[in-house]
Amino acid sequence: MTVRVGVVVFPGSNCDRDTLRGLELAGAEGVALWHEQGSLDGVAAVVLPGGFAYGDYLRAGVIARFSPVMRAVSAFAAEGGLVLGICNGFQVLAEAGLVPGALLRNRGLRFLGREVRIAAERVDTPFTSLVADGRPLRMPIAHGEGCYYADDTALDELERAGQVLFRYVHEDGVRAGAEGDPANPNGSARAIAGVLNARGNVAGLMPHPERAADAVLGSEDGLPILRSLVNAAARAAGEAPRQLVGSANRAPVAVGPG
Amino acid sequence: MSAHRFAVNVLPKDGILDPQGRAVEGSLGHLGVAGVSGVRVGRRVELTVEAGSEAEARAIVEQLAAELFSNPLIESFAIESMPAVGAGR
Repeated sequence: MTVRVGVVVFPGSNCDRDTLRGLELAGAEGVALWHEQGSLDGVAAVVLPGGFAYGDYLRAGVIARFSPVMRAVSAFAAEGGLVLGICNGFQVLAEAGLVPGALLRNRGLRFLGREVRIAAERVDTPFTSLVADGRPLRMPIAHGEGCYYADDTALDELERAGQVLFRYVHEDGVRAGAEGDPANPNGSARAIAGVLNARGNVAGLMPHPERAADAVLGSEDGLPILRSLVNAAARAAGEAPRQLVGSANRAPVAVGPG
Repeated sequence: MSAHRFAVNVLPKDGILDPQGRAVEGSLGHLGVAGVSGVRVGRRVELTVEAGSEAEARAIVEQLAAELFSNPLIESFAIESMPAVGAGR
């Protein structure tokens, strides 16, 4: 059986279809999970996709945090289940306290939709096991509130505990600077683009791996992240990821209703 | 039970960069206004709570303010009582 990975659909999610497609390309069966459902339909991992859940009203991610599906996601994460939040999904995880820190308005105030480069700080996690060590990954960002923030004590602790998962880097892989360095587009603290929770089973990042999961999109650098997750989910579920034929895999995506 | 009206004012904590406040402050020169600084931009939530007493109602507002209206990592809040519902309307 192909491993099943869920993608939560909040009102206002807009990357759910892309993420389902990316997961299919990574060898999983993508399962759409509606925000009002209180169960995760037995999926082996969950992705919170990008978008503007509940219109981003009040603060990005906060209203989604209290939805029925997020209660199920929190319980799943507490049992060690794999959860990945992308962009708005990262904001939801941060608001829910499932990953450390907060996402502030971009320092330059503008919504940014453009390509960036990030590098994985660790390649021994369920989210990065297939990512080449240190190689800059090219993928887009599309957000208005992506400036990662935690206080200095918390940042020191994250670094010490190995919870910094991705950082913004220059084309040559050199770590981006702080405010003012265009390679760190939103002014994130210590150029942090993605973090892990302490247990290592929940991760969030602002860039969009699912928008860089197919050569036709201009980059396939996001695919190793999705494949890492699918492989880890398959191991967790005792199932195998579907046999892949590189990026030539063009199986049509079956997307459920809603 | 009685109805109690509150406002919750949420602001970025001291020391947290407030790009909106900075942008507003930066625009003041265009208005020809000088001598203004320390601009912070936040949000205000007004709500009515039915409860047995003002203290009970305030406790509910405290909880909502801490869990929903503000993110304690980056924002602080202050609660103020407002005139009773219907009064003056």
